[in-house]
Amino acid sequence: MEDMVFIDGNEAIGWGALAADCDGFFGYPITPQNNITEWFAAEFPKRNKVFVQTSSETASINWLYGGASAGKRVITSTSSPGWSLMQETLSHIGNTEVPCVIVLVQRGGPGQGTTRHGQMDYSSATVGGGHGGYRNIVLAPYSAQEAHDLVQLAFHLADKYRNAVIVLSDGIVGTTMETVELKKLEFEPLPEKDWALKGKGKREDRTRRILTSAQGAVPSLRNPSYLALQKTLSEKHQQIIKEEVRFDTYNLEDSDLVLVAYGYSARVALEAMHQAREMGLKAGMIRPITVWPFPYDPVKLQAKQGKKILVVEDSLGQMLLDVELACGDRTEMELVSCLERHEPMEGGVIFPEVVLEKMKTMIQ
Amino acid sequence: MTENRDLVAGTPGLKINLPVPLAFCQGCQHGSSARAIWESLEDLELEDRLIWVGGVTCGTVSAFISDVDAIGPVPHGRAPDIASAMKRVLDKDTVIITYQGDGDAVAIGTESLVQAAARAERITVIMVNNANYGTTGGQMAPTTIIGQRTTTSPGGRGSNREGFPINAAELVAGLRGTAYSARGALTSPANYNKTKKYIKKALQKQIDDIGFSFVEILSACPPNWGMAPVECLKWIDNNLVNQYPLGEFKDVDTL
Repeated sequence: MEDMVFIDGNEAIGWGALAADCDGFFGYPITPQNNITEWFAAEFPKRNKVFVQTSSETASINWLYGGASAGKRVITSTSSPGWSLMQETLSHIGNTEVPCVIVLVQRGGPGQGTTRHGQMDYSSATVGGGHGGYRNIVLAPYSAQEAHDLVQLAFHLADKYRNAVIVLSDGIVGTTMETVELKKLEFEPLPEKDWALKGKGKREDRTRRILTSAQGAVPSLRNPSYLALQKTLSEKHQQIIKEEVRFDTYNLEDSDLVLVAYGYSARVALEAMHQAREMGLKAGMIRPITVWPFPYDPVKLQAKQGKKILVVEDSLGQMLLDVELACGDRTEMELVSCLERHEPMEGGVIFPEVVLEKMKTMIQ
Repeated sequence: MTENRDLVAGTPGLKINLPVPLAFCQGCQHGSSARAIWESLEDLELEDRLIWVGGVTCGTVSAFISDVDAIGPVPHGRAPDIASAMKRVLDKDTVIITYQGDGDAVAIGTESLVQAAARAERITVIMVNNANYGTTGGQMAPTTIIGQRTTTSPGGRGSNREGFPINAAELVAGLRGTAYSARGALTSPANYNKTKKYIKKALQKQIDDIGFSFVEILSACPPNWGMAPVECLKWIDNNLVNQYPLGEFKDVDTL
């Protein structure tokens, strides 16, 4: 399956899931991710894969929990208000440790907000919007191609760590049409899902399996006590932080100022960086691909070298907190936020020109 | 005492004895409900292809003392979603049951239950109705009957304040995707046997790929009802059944 196609970042999710041998999709309509749900409705049943339109996002995430507990590769997609509805069960998924993929096409919030783009769910995705201290792995594509590729990585990491993986897209990445190479990515082999439920007579040892999101009177094999669960999660989180940080860098070697941006803002920031270079300003950029785990070390290194840091994100500053954590007070740091959108209504975006202007004030 | 009971009725083969005994309150009927399910599963020889989804209820522990694949407690009210997903992604001969309380199924889980029935999901929901929130200490449930005192309806449930109880078996029977819906009780050997028959018929509807199936079981909750176990059984027979009549409400072979 190696073709070049012209599709948007939402459809790219579907093709990526197909390449990852996804078994089922469960979703509920919400703008701006509707054509993800429609893509699966059109493409999955004819391939004898499962598509179900659920009755709410609360239902979607529980269908996902069920499909994941049966050991299948399952995915749902939603946008910001629907994301809020999923948090309780994401917490259960965190405890039960079943792998699954959730695509979050961010729109403007809070509340009903807008049905267009936004980057305001970074915090709830990376820190865990639900109760109880679990972590999601969060991958942030900045193009349709990367959406297609990262959804495949998401399935792999979900299975590898028995963890939920969030593909953190946004209304602009999701609806922008671009050329995408459809290609199945290869990953290291994974062990069988011996823990998955399917009926005890259907496995060789003919012994029952138990999955639970509670550590009470009845011990599960994996986490027989509450403290055992906390140790498992802690070790897993540490391993993910150690091994799974992914990011891209641009022009760091001779830069005086380093931009930090993800998703659609990274496209904006990249354009601003190129414009700055043409003007002779020494701008570079770090683009986190995993936003949890966040690439603290590479950002910290730039700050240590005395480079100024400019965060660009379409919110009031959420990733900013991670960048602050990386930099401390080592250097000067600024933010271009959603306050810099070019018009007051929901169509407003951050343009490269305002980023460029901010850069000029920082390094000229 | 336990040994004497075993001599009379035996212990279901699917029951697992844990190293530490798990005890329900005296006179609680979650144990009898589980027994009726175990015996039904054994009669139909389903244990090798069964998944038990435990909802939020005191009785969810029965999922874990059953020698079958199990998950629970799943998010409050959402067992039908989880069961439906399993049924859709696994081999068609897999049999999925949920075991839920009345608060779980028809308060927080109403959407999940109604939608699963409407979509004719090939799953079997068993709802144990004790007319209150037992696990949390006896608060009013959607199934609490008019006049019944609970910790959150201390003056007795009044229709002007708290509205009316939900008859789950009749509600589900009214949906076209439902193949089977019944309500049983465990107040006598005759009622126990009828309830077991309902459970087996419900499972058979799933096995035969006909549609959604549902069994409601009226169940005593002595500490929260403030009655001795025997009084609870009388209260079910004399009061609870007036709101919740026993019997089958739907039994069809095509939808």
